[in-house]
Amino acid sequence: MAEIVLDGVSKRFPDGFEAVKHMNLEIGDGEFMILVGPSGCGKSTALRMIAGLEDITEGQVRIGDRVVNELAPKDRDIAMVFQTYALYPHMTVRENMAFPLKLAKVPDAEIDEKVAAAAKILDLEEHLDRKPANLSGGQRQRVAMGRAIVRDPSAFLMDEPLSNLDAKLRVQMRTEVARIQSDLGTTMVYVTHDQTEAMTLGDRIGVMRTGLLQQVGAPSELYADPANLFVAGFIGSPAMNFIPAQLEGDRVRLPFGDIQLTSETRSRIGGDGAGRQVIAGIRPESFEDATLVSGSERDRGVTFRATIDLVESMGSELYAHFKLHHEGVESDQLEELAQDSGAAEVPGGAAEGQIVARLEAASPVKRGQEAELWVDTDKIHLFDPSTGESLTRSA
Amino acid sequence: MERNSREYALWSIGMLLVLLFALIPVIWIISLSLKTPATITEGTTFWDRFIPQDITFDNYTALFEGGIDESPFIAPLINSILIASITTVIAIVLASFAAYAIARLDFPGKALILAGALAIAMFPAISTIGPLFDMWRAIGLYDTYAGLIIPYLSFSLPLAIYTLVAFFREIPWDLEDAASVDGATPFQAFRKVIVPLAAPGVFTAAILVFIFAWNDFLFAISLTSSDASRTVPAALAFFTGESQFTQPTGNIAAAAVIVTVPIIIFVLFFQRRIVSGLTAGAVKG
Repeated sequence: MAEIVLDGVSKRFPDGFEAVKHMNLEIGDGEFMILVGPSGCGKSTALRMIAGLEDITEGQVRIGDRVVNELAPKDRDIAMVFQTYALYPHMTVRENMAFPLKLAKVPDAEIDEKVAAAAKILDLEEHLDRKPANLSGGQRQRVAMGRAIVRDPSAFLMDEPLSNLDAKLRVQMRTEVARIQSDLGTTMVYVTHDQTEAMTLGDRIGVMRTGLLQQVGAPSELYADPANLFVAGFIGSPAMNFIPAQLEGDRVRLPFGDIQLTSETRSRIGGDGAGRQVIAGIRPESFEDATLVSGSERDRGVTFRATIDLVESMGSELYAHFKLHHEGVESDQLEELAQDSGAAEVPGGAAEGQIVARLEAASPVKRGQEAELWVDTDKIHLFDPSTGESLTRSA
Repeated sequence: MERNSREYALWSIGMLLVLLFALIPVIWIISLSLKTPATITEGTTFWDRFIPQDITFDNYTALFEGGIDESPFIAPLINSILIASITTVIAIVLASFAAYAIARLDFPGKALILAGALAIAMFPAISTIGPLFDMWRAIGLYDTYAGLIIPYLSFSLPLAIYTLVAFFREIPWDLEDAASVDGATPFQAFRKVIVPLAAPGVFTAAILVFIFAWNDFLFAISLTSSDASRTVPAALAFFTGESQFTQPTGNIAAAAVIVTVPIIIFVLFFQRRIVSGLTAGAVKG
């Protein structure tokens, strides 16, 4: 049990590449912290620095009240689960799980007891005498977990532990991981590139991009109040739609209509009333088929007509794709902005003028037909196109 | 289908030819070793000469006659076994450390070390014999175990290192990281995780080194002068017949058969351990 603090931590590789840039993060005792981001964002490097597998170029890492910068991994009292599981193929499941205890010179009787207990938790009792090669992917993953939990470490570090499993097993193991963490109450740092995993598992999420921590917060906070274009585009599936817009006084001019900003929002954005280019972010679920929206709600938003290019039915809901006809702002200009701010790295978040709307399953929209859609203007996010920062963030 | 069976037939014939080519000399030596000195040159047809008329084991018993002091064979056999084994053990220990460093670490001069090792392995041994002979005599290594083990090491280490580097590179990095997080020191990780996993490579390298040291004639004949360190290949050259007028052909053949046996045992014994795919199950897939 310990808290983990990263204090201004940087990692520069010998070739000059800076994988992690001045990262500050406090992970509370017993907290389930997720680091998420696209590949190459530095999340794994950050984790490996906590583990001691990677030297720290600058800054300080503390576990509990010890500075661990110079400590070898074995002296940090942490356990790690690797993406590849990294099971020792020449040892049985039992020997794999006992390995850390043997190295710590724990008495044999105690080892047996602890391995048996871990095997019970993970439902591995029948497989203790098998070799990893004869286990399925899910079982190997559980052995890797077992090897971590037998030691009762002060923190678990997980490096994309579920990404090698098939979709169904991944969902199952996700619940398992969450259950184990809450049962043991051990601090956990969990790295993933999958925003769904991040949203469902973590107490808090740290979103990283190009070595920089973009935003840290509870899943709901990141979702409802993203700090910048990148976080907005990365969190949520399907991704947020980005639309070029014009800010004029207290109105935002969108391709499908104008929105009146509340005075609160307007004052937060600041600046004079002169025209200004912004990027509006609208989540797919902020749209609805206008025919299904009641009158009182309708007044809150804007109604517009669009030709539906494609309808994807998920059963419980529909995803309608349509194009917007931009006025004034060229879409390639937006694309460029998105690239600078990182939103382009988000799958489906590229600004191609293609909008996805999530509609109720009862909606009668058809492919190729024009439909009347409604958008909830309360839930529109505005971003500064030059910095990517959110203009509407409440914090 | 027809094509397949024809291919199969061609392959079989090819293999048979290679097998005959490799085995006939061995069979011939065995045949020679079972003949009496008098019948060695007898026989006019191929089969008459190939198959011994009256089989005798005298050539074998003669090798061991008179115990260690008298026999021309026992002392060299012991020398061969000890020198080849010591060389193998030292070479494998040194080579696995070196190969591990080369496979895992990035250090200045790594390319130079590898290139140097390769250059040594390709260096013609014959050109080192003269200087070695003089040097060994000057520093007292002539006709000692160390005097043979040192050149054997320098010529077999590069091969062992290359073999082991290839095997170490196959082992996923994650395993070592896992071991160090699990509480192992770098040496424990090496000994308990890396070496067991590279076992097929270790055995392969061991066989290669052992055979090299066991078979060597050049160093053995040049750097030894007595039974104190002379190995079997060199000792064979000093065999004498029963009388001045008999060739020691039968005895040499018997000795040759005896020194081949350990190699066959060695290879068969370790071959069972050289199981590929030992790393299966370490990582996904």
